[in-house]
Amino acid sequence: MRSTKMLPRIGLIVFIFFQIVASNPLFAKGKQTIKIAYLTQMQKARPVLSNLDPIIENKGVLGAELAIEDNNTTGQYTKQQFTLERFIVPVEGNVTDTFNKKIAKKYAYVVTNLPPELTNTVADLAEAKDVLLFDVATVDDALRNKECRANALHLLPSRAMRADALAQYMMKKRWTKWFLVIGAAAEDKLYAEALKRAAKRFGMNIVQEKTWEHSFDARRTAQSDVAVFTQIDDDYDVLVVADEQGQFGEYLDYRTWIPRPVIGTQGLVATSWHKTHEQWGATQIQNRFKEKAGRWMEEQDYGAYLAVRAIGEAATRTQSNELKPIKDYLLSDQFALQGYKGTPLSFRPWDNQLRQPVLLAAPRSLVAVAPIEGFLHPKTELDTLGYDQPETECQWSKGK
Amino acid sequence: MNKWAISLLLSVLTASVQAEVVFVTLEKDNALALVDPVDGKLIKTVEIGQRPRGIAISPDYKVLYIATSDDNTIKMVDTETLKEIGVLPSGDDPETFALNPKGDRLYVSNEDDSRVTVIDIAMKKAIKQIQVGVEPEGITVSPDNRWIISASETTNMLHWIDAKTNNIVENTLVDPRPRAVTFTADSKFAWATSEMAGSLMIVDAKTKQVTKRIGFEIQGVTKDKIQPVGVVIDKESKRAYVALGPANRVAVINAQTYEVEKYLLVGQRVWNLAFSPDQKRLYTTNGVSNDISIIDLNSQTVTKSIAVGNYPWGVAVKP
Repeated sequence: MRSTKMLPRIGLIVFIFFQIVASNPLFAKGKQTIKIAYLTQMQKARPVLSNLDPIIENKGVLGAELAIEDNNTTGQYTKQQFTLERFIVPVEGNVTDTFNKKIAKKYAYVVTNLPPELTNTVADLAEAKDVLLFDVATVDDALRNKECRANALHLLPSRAMRADALAQYMMKKRWTKWFLVIGAAAEDKLYAEALKRAAKRFGMNIVQEKTWEHSFDARRTAQSDVAVFTQIDDDYDVLVVADEQGQFGEYLDYRTWIPRPVIGTQGLVATSWHKTHEQWGATQIQNRFKEKAGRWMEEQDYGAYLAVRAIGEAATRTQSNELKPIKDYLLSDQFALQGYKGTPLSFRPWDNQLRQPVLLAAPRSLVAVAPIEGFLHPKTELDTLGYDQPETECQWSKGK
Repeated sequence: MNKWAISLLLSVLTASVQAEVVFVTLEKDNALALVDPVDGKLIKTVEIGQRPRGIAISPDYKVLYIATSDDNTIKMVDTETLKEIGVLPSGDDPETFALNPKGDRLYVSNEDDSRVTVIDIAMKKAIKQIQVGVEPEGITVSPDNRWIISASETTNMLHWIDAKTNNIVENTLVDPRPRAVTFTADSKFAWATSEMAGSLMIVDAKTKQVTKRIGFEIQGVTKDKIQPVGVVIDKESKRAYVALGPANRVAVINAQTYEVEKYLLVGQRVWNLAFSPDQKRLYTTNGVSNDISIIDLNSQTVTKSIAVGNYPWGVAVKP
């Protein structure tokens, strides 16, 4: 259905595009070009719990492509052209080499979809000094605090922002007694740290904390295992799980010893984007993305979309393609990015984190959007999520 | 029956026929609500089609145009019988549209396709599709029928379409996520709201430049809650009214000095606005609190709020 419909439409768009080019007095000679690089490395596929969700290999890049189209629609009228060059490093390849040889000195704006350590490795390269990185993959609080870099902006909400969003919701529901279940991966411990920080901030009580150990004993099944595992001495209101890779978290719901909701990385999750989100014009971008990609938009796609749109917005407003005015604008009070979440998004100048609402979603319904009503802040309620200015440990010594 | 009784009966009948009616589209109820604004009562609710949003009334007040977004049509409804009398080909997912002053052309924003569809109402045909910026939303026709302005939310522009040729001749870059746009009665200025910057811009129709920017400040409401959406200006260009979305207020602006005179507390997520035909009252749709507010413009006070149904979206008024 879609493909048969697309062809004449593309024809029409091309035709109309030339009409606009021919008829629009603004669209003429002397175009400014804004070159954006997209840098990622293929990752080895991790084991998955089930085959329900297809493995998506191109998370991120399609969001950047959609944003380039949007930027160029605006660019037609403002004499600016945006280009996106993709650099996809193979699993065994060397990201630093690719950056030094192909990106450095050629691109001022680089969207990075890389693991945390590699993100900072790139940020610390001598050649990255005059580059602004748009990190669309990491959620690490370290990269926004002690390990922050002045030349890297973070588009996705940090673990602390997510944990605070969950805590606000649990506080509203008066689910104050948490049973915290943590996976064995290093990332799970980081998420658990963020949850503990949130519990402290919002006066929640972690009645017990347990680590889920993976074992290969064939006599044990999720059905019996979870019931035994969740049989703890203290009563609790909610099971809070930290299992970022989804190694066991999906087993918890409906199998706990006493009936309790599951929240965290499974059950009710905190995320920057979700397929159930349709408010504030989100339906439009969900439709546009699906038409382009043939799948739902993932968090990295959303991050990359916002990154490229942020560059577009700053370039349009400053009428420039140069790094300094664009970076200054991005970090200024004037910058207001439309992100389909009902409130303008902007960067926190103290840690380069994009301030944004966090969605709390169940698999098939959007449950709430944090900041939850009632959590107040003198400047913007968005800063009730994550590390606020007085709490930041970020010092801009690196990446300048 | 004596003559006296008959004339009384007649006068009662005509009074009930002539009473002002406010029509409100209910996005989530697939329905249209009819409200008597003088008595302050919901008269009735009728089914109208899938996801009704944009609504307009013909200059002779005989026909309602209602965008039923999920039916991908604009329906023509008789204002007396409330029966469907025709369907216009609106393109995909119509939301907002504008009627020209004569009432023979309709301009529809097709948000997903980044275009504006021009419909000839007599022929019930789309006569042109104009490519505009990404996610066009607000649309208006100048009272002198010279310009159509389409505001694109993601491109952040007002596209000036010549009503004679249906071509874009100029573009004005405005603050992020422009939502609604309307002209002053003399067609000299366009007023446009920006949802994300929380501002109102006044654009000179001659130069197509923003000549004035108005910001809003409300005590106890954070800046990011102030999201201007609908805007209307009275016939004398004395005052303009701006719906401020989740700030739950309507701003009253002196249209001569551009001063914000007052904020009126209305329902939650106030969205679209419409004057009564005599411009004595202003009606607001409040998307989250599921009601409409009635503002008495003489005293500049909110006199009533009336529960109408789920997600009241658009509003049109018949005298």
